[in-house]
Amino acid sequence: MAEHIDAPFEIAGVRLTSRLIMGTGGAPSLQVIDEVLAGSGTALCTVAMRRVDPATQGSLLDVIDARGIRILPNTAGCRTAAEAVRTAQLAREALETDWVKLEVIADERTLLPDPVELLDAAQALVADGFTVLPYTNDDPVLARRLEQAGCAAVMPLGAPIGTGLGIGNPHNIELIVSDATVPVILDAGIGTASDAALAMELGCDGVLLASAVTRARRPALMATAMAAAVEAGRAARLAGRIPRRHHAHASSPIEGMPVL
Amino acid sequence: MRVAVNGHDLDISDGTSLLALIEQHAGSARGSAVVVDGVVVPRRTWPDYAVRPGQHIELITAVPGG
Repeated sequence: MAEHIDAPFEIAGVRLTSRLIMGTGGAPSLQVIDEVLAGSGTALCTVAMRRVDPATQGSLLDVIDARGIRILPNTAGCRTAAEAVRTAQLAREALETDWVKLEVIADERTLLPDPVELLDAAQALVADGFTVLPYTNDDPVLARRLEQAGCAAVMPLGAPIGTGLGIGNPHNIELIVSDATVPVILDAGIGTASDAALAMELGCDGVLLASAVTRARRPALMATAMAAAVEAGRAARLAGRIPRRHHAHASSPIEGMPVL
Repeated sequence: MRVAVNGHDLDISDGTSLLALIEQHAGSARGSAVVVDGVVVPRRTWPDYAVRPGQHIELITAVPGG
């Protein structure tokens, strides 16, 4: 039976009311974060873990909590499995959640995931009781290994973080989607609304993005655009696109043309 | 007594609890985690954890990101 448009979006048995997951990085202020969260309609947003800065004004957690949004701490900046595991443990202690967006990057220039460290960290965190959502390369084999390791979702990149290049290898995303039995969330590389729609048309269960919204000229407006794109892309996926043809195929009847 | 908090030397009163130190620096213990000399200290122990001279303390919290 075909999936219904209103089918719930669930990760690890938790129902989320939006398929758009928001990162909070890159915004110029808490006010903008608040506007973006509101505009996106998101039910889940990421945060990073860093040293306390006594000079910080306002509370990010207050902004997120006031909107009733679930928090997904990340391990951004970690370069090894050991660092990522330690950061996840700190996040669990700080935020009292065992959900973690697992990031283990190879280098600062590309911010691409290090597949060896990523899989090691995923295995360790699953064994420690975490609900692991790994940011991964668009590699179907690695995605499969992460799922086999017990990850609650797989989150392949469309393009490197912050590039806004869109989805560089749609075929690989389709392969990941076709194999996965856990949610597939397109994470990173989204530049504009059509990229988010494409991710959903390829069969992704959700989209995670930050820079495309927080660094847009009008972040709140872009947040609403992304929310609409995710919904439109999912509807189009479920509706089924027409096949691509090499030649034209008239939609008006050929028969009954008047003789003029 | 002197301790290091997030890389900065700091003079604090003898007998200061970890909870008091966190509240002094972070404003609130909510959303915070603590590493003392490389070991994560569980939240439930903060009120009774007396900071000792020379300890290296990392106070961590959630910031925008991802």
